[in-house]
Amino acid sequence: MAVEAQGAEEGGLVFHPMDQFIVKPLFGGSEVGMFTITNVTLWMFLAVLAVVALMVLGTSRRAIIPSRTQSVGELAYGFVYKMVEDVAGKDALAFFPYIMTLFMFIVFANFLGLIPMSFTTTSHFAVTVVLALLVFVTVTVVGFVKNGSKFLGLFWVASAPLALRPVLAVIEVISYFVRPVSHSIRLAGNLMAGHAVIKVFAGFAAIAVVSPISVVAITAMYGLEILVSFIQAYVFTILTCVYLKDALHPSH
Amino acid sequence: MEGQLAHIGAGLAAIGSGAAAIGVGNVAGNYLAGALRNPSAAASQTATLFIGIAFAEALGIFSFLVALLLMFAV
Amino acid sequence: MATVTTEAAGEYGADAAASAPGMPQLNFDHWGNQIFWLLITLAVIYFVLSRIALPRIAAVLAERQGTITNDLAKAEELKRQAGEAEQAYDKALADARAEAQNIIAEAKAEIAAELKVATDKADAEIAARTAESEKAISEIRAGALDNVKEVARDTAEALVTALGGRADSAAIDAAVAERTKG
Repeated sequence: MAVEAQGAEEGGLVFHPMDQFIVKPLFGGSEVGMFTITNVTLWMFLAVLAVVALMVLGTSRRAIIPSRTQSVGELAYGFVYKMVEDVAGKDALAFFPYIMTLFMFIVFANFLGLIPMSFTTTSHFAVTVVLALLVFVTVTVVGFVKNGSKFLGLFWVASAPLALRPVLAVIEVISYFVRPVSHSIRLAGNLMAGHAVIKVFAGFAAIAVVSPISVVAITAMYGLEILVSFIQAYVFTILTCVYLKDALHPSH
Repeated sequence: MEGQLAHIGAGLAAIGSGAAAIGVGNVAGNYLAGALRNPSAAASQTATLFIGIAFAEALGIFSFLVALLLMFAV
Repeated sequence: MATVTTEAAGEYGADAAASAPGMPQLNFDHWGNQIFWLLITLAVIYFVLSRIALPRIAAVLAERQGTITNDLAKAEELKRQAGEAEQAYDKALADARAEAQNIIAEAKAEIAAELKVATDKADAEIAARTAESEKAISEIRAGALDNVKEVARDTAEALVTALGGRADSAAIDAAVAERTKG
């Protein structure tokens, strides 16, 4: 608040880098309850629509020689399938639909967030924390169900000297519980940072002399954000696979 | 006064972004050096590259987050 | 913005109100709403993917793989057939060649035999002709010799008669035979 006030007083510069993340009800009112239809709802719905368009409508012809949309859908399928198989192993393929869901949602939420004036659902900790906690809980439950108490061997580094093992165990336990934190903050932080930086550059465009640089900078940041959108979805998915591998084969 | 100190803290926290940039550059540069030495093994390590970049970048994002918290939430 | 509603909510509310305009991400009042819609979204995507999209794509990919395998097998079969056809062709060609060789050899042998017969015949004829000619020549020679003897005897008799002698034909014969011998 203070920044905005000062900026407005000094040079007519107005920075509202975080305003784009405000959750607003779509149909009037200011009260955001549990079930209110907000811009979050709208953009999540659009993400669902995009997923359905690509993965269901795009493949509806079941062509042997695929159309463009079908190729993209098959590419996404093959990409995630191979990732799960390579990173987490063959027995992790039972979780393939779940990981695919995460990937498709994140990638489309990220890309839809790049549309000007849109709302980036994945830039909110509320969203990413839930995504990361879902992964964390799934991985922990799967680890204990598949391996029983042997899953605790993940924290007991058998290859280290005996004296070091308790220390390492404490570190391993801490790092295990930090996983959902970094997992969620990485995704939301990356997107929030990129979008906020674009907004800051956009604020500078109000000064006529700086505006060309500002526009170029916005363009460059936008290109970087396209890359980041995909890479963050990829990283979230591949880390999920890595965690899943730990749960399925804790000895490694 | 307190708010201004928070802004100074936010600026200091932003140093972390630069440090993360060094880290990411390190990861990518070493990957490139290794990939040029042994191009046949490069493709199999792209996943590791991205995981490494993500870990290095996450720490920069944490410092960015600290800056934001100091700016807006303290 | 949200200050109106949260002002009265005590310490936590005031905190939220202060952070609301700064960082909407930390406005915990909105978390319930976001989490609710997120869970619905994930459920819908999961349902759509696991029930419809993924099995369909897997089927399409499997079918394509099957088609490719089939086509490859078919191509392999065609290749084998083509190989067989080529072999058969080669064999036919070799047979034809061998037959042609045979025919040529036979014809050659036949021609050679005919030629030999003809040559032999011609040789025999030539020999016969030669013998005949030699005989004729020797006859002619013999005839000529006789003629010479006759002429010589006649001449000798005439000479002897002209010289006033009486020609003793036996002596003349002997003399002529003596002289014509060499």
